[in-house]
Amino acid sequence: MANEIKLLKGNEAIAHAAIRYGADGYFGYPITPQSEIMETLMEEQPWETTGMVVLQAESEVAAINMVYGGAACGKRVMTSSSSPGISLKQEGISYMAGAELPGLIVNVMRGGPGLGTIQPSQADYFQTVKGGGHGDYRLITLAPASVQEMADHVALGFDLSFKYNNPAMILTDGVIGQMMEKVVLPEQRPRRTEDDIRREQPWAALGKPASRKPNVITSLELDSAIMEQNNIRFQAKYKTIEASEVRYETFKCADADYLIVAFGSAARISQKVVELARKQGIKAGLFRPITLWPFPTKALNACKEKVKGILVVELNAGQMVEDVKLAVECKVPVAYYGRLGGIVPTPQEVLEALLSLQV
Amino acid sequence: MNMQEIISPENVVYQKPRLMNDHPMHYCPGCSHGVVHKLIAEVIDEMGLAEQTIGIAPVGCAVFAYNYLDIDWIEAAHGRAPAIATAVKRLNPGKMVFTYQGDGDLAAIGTAETIHACNRGENVVIVFINNAIYGMTGGQMAPTTLDGMKTATCPYGRNVSLNGYPLKISDLLAQLEGTCLITREAVHTAAAIRRGKKALRKAFENAMAGKGSSVVEFVSTCASGWKMTPEQANQWMVENMFPLYPLGTLKDK
Repeated sequence: MANEIKLLKGNEAIAHAAIRYGADGYFGYPITPQSEIMETLMEEQPWETTGMVVLQAESEVAAINMVYGGAACGKRVMTSSSSPGISLKQEGISYMAGAELPGLIVNVMRGGPGLGTIQPSQADYFQTVKGGGHGDYRLITLAPASVQEMADHVALGFDLSFKYNNPAMILTDGVIGQMMEKVVLPEQRPRRTEDDIRREQPWAALGKPASRKPNVITSLELDSAIMEQNNIRFQAKYKTIEASEVRYETFKCADADYLIVAFGSAARISQKVVELARKQGIKAGLFRPITLWPFPTKALNACKEKVKGILVVELNAGQMVEDVKLAVECKVPVAYYGRLGGIVPTPQEVLEALLSLQV
Repeated sequence: MNMQEIISPENVVYQKPRLMNDHPMHYCPGCSHGVVHKLIAEVIDEMGLAEQTIGIAPVGCAVFAYNYLDIDWIEAAHGRAPAIATAVKRLNPGKMVFTYQGDGDLAAIGTAETIHACNRGENVVIVFINNAIYGMTGGQMAPTTLDGMKTATCPYGRNVSLNGYPLKISDLLAQLEGTCLITREAVHTAAAIRRGKKALRKAFENAMAGKGSSVVEFVSTCASGWKMTPEQANQWMVENMFPLYPLGTLKDK
C-alpha cells in the first residue's frame, strides 16, 4: 500500500497507522471513547495481510501483559484504552519500565475520577507524566492535536520506545479520538522477520540458540546494590531522553506578549483563541508541548523574559500548569484556565481568561 | 576395577538434565519444585525444543525458575503468566511456550488470565504447582488451602465460612472447550515422577501440535510452609491433599 489520503476519526487513524507501521500485535479491551481502534483493526483483518495479531483480551490487565509478553520477544506491540482502563494497565506499564521493554500504549482520556464520564478530558496528565505505576520510572508521552498526528505518533511512539527500550504513550482525548479529519496514511512497511528482531533486539526472549546465554526478561533484582545500579541506569536513560527527544510547536510566539500553553485538544481551541486575541490587538501566541514527557522545560524557560503572562489551558483542574510554573521558575505570572468532568471550553471562554491576564 | 574406570559414559544410569545449570537452587529441602523443574528440562531436551522454548516464570517461590533452566524466560507479574504466554505464542506460533505457576498465582490473582487463556484454547502448557500455601511470602493461605489447614493468615485453620472453599481449579478448567489435557500429578514417589513426566511430555506435544491448552497440576509439598520434615510433608500430602485433589487425568481429548 502506498501513501493514501483518507477522512478518518482519530481512533481509526491509529489503527490504520499501526498496520502500516508494520506492528506485530495489538491487544485491547473495549472502552469508550476509544473502541474504534480495535473495531477498525478487527474490520481490517491485518492478520490476513501483514500478519499482525489482533486480540480482544479479557481485561485491560491481561491486554497490557500481552503487550509485555510481545515486547519481551522483541515484537512491536501495542494496546489502547481510556482512563479507567489505563489505571488498570499501570501495573504492566511499571513492569515494562522495570524490564526496559518497548511498547506503545494509547490513552484516549475521558473525565474522571472513577468511572467518571465518557466525555473528553485531560485529567490523566499527572498519572502519565509523573508515574502512574509504582517505582521511579518515566513514560515517553506524546500528545497529538490532530487526526494526522494520531497517525504520525504511532510511528514516532514505536520508534522512540524501541530506541530507548522504554514504553511510550500517546496521550489524547475523546475530542481527537472521535473527530474526523483528512489524514495522510504512510506507505505500508513490512513487519520485521525473526532474524531482524534477533539482530536488532539481541535481548529478546525468542528461544535460546546454543551460541548464547539465556535471555531473561525480568524487573526483579533482590540484591539492592544491583537494583540501585539498575535504577541509576534507568535515570541516566531518562536524562538522555530529556536532552534529546523534546518536541513542541509554537504558533505566533515570536512577538507574543501573552502565551497560551496547551496540549492536544486544548491546544486546538487555544489556537483559535490566539487568532481572536490578535484581532483585538493583543499579541498572543500558542506554545504546544508535543512531548509531555520529556517536557519542553528549556524552551518554555527561554520565553520567561519575553512575555508578560502565561495562560495554561487544560481540560483538568490544573496539572500541566505546575510544570509550566517550574519551567519559567515563576518569574512570569502563570494562570490556569480549564473545564472539568468532560466539558470542553469555547474559544470565547478561554479568550476572557486570557484578557483577564492583562496588566 | 578402580573408581576412574567405573566413571565412564557406558556406565551412566542417571545424570542431571542437560538444560539444568549449576546455579545453587533456593528451594527448600523436600520441596517439589526442584523435581518438576528437572522433568520440564528433560522433556524440553528430549523433544529437541531447547532453542524454541520460552518459559514464563510466575511470582512466588518459582519466580527464580529462570535461574535454573538454560532456556529463554520471561518473568511475569503476579498471575499474568497466561496473558503473557498468549501473546508470545500468538506472535511466535512455531515456538514452545509454557507457564510455570503456583496456586496463588494461578488460582487467586491470576484466575481470570488462567480461565480465559484456557478458554481461548491457547496452544501453551500451564504447569501448576499446588502446595496449598503461599511459600515465598512466608506461608499464608492459598485458594487451595484445605479446610481447617493452618497458615500464617488462617492461624486457627481455614474456616470455609470465612474464607470460602479450597478451589479445585483444574476441575473447573477441564470444563472449558479450549483445554485438551488436564491432569493432576505428584512427584512424591518414583512411579509418580515417571507418570508426571509422561503427562508433561503429552502436554508439550499438544502445544506444538496446536491442540489447545494443557494444564499439568502437580499436587506438591511445602515442607517449610507446612512446618514439617520432607518425609512428614510427603505423608501429609498423601493423607490430606490427595483426597481433595485426587491424582489422575481429568481430561484428555
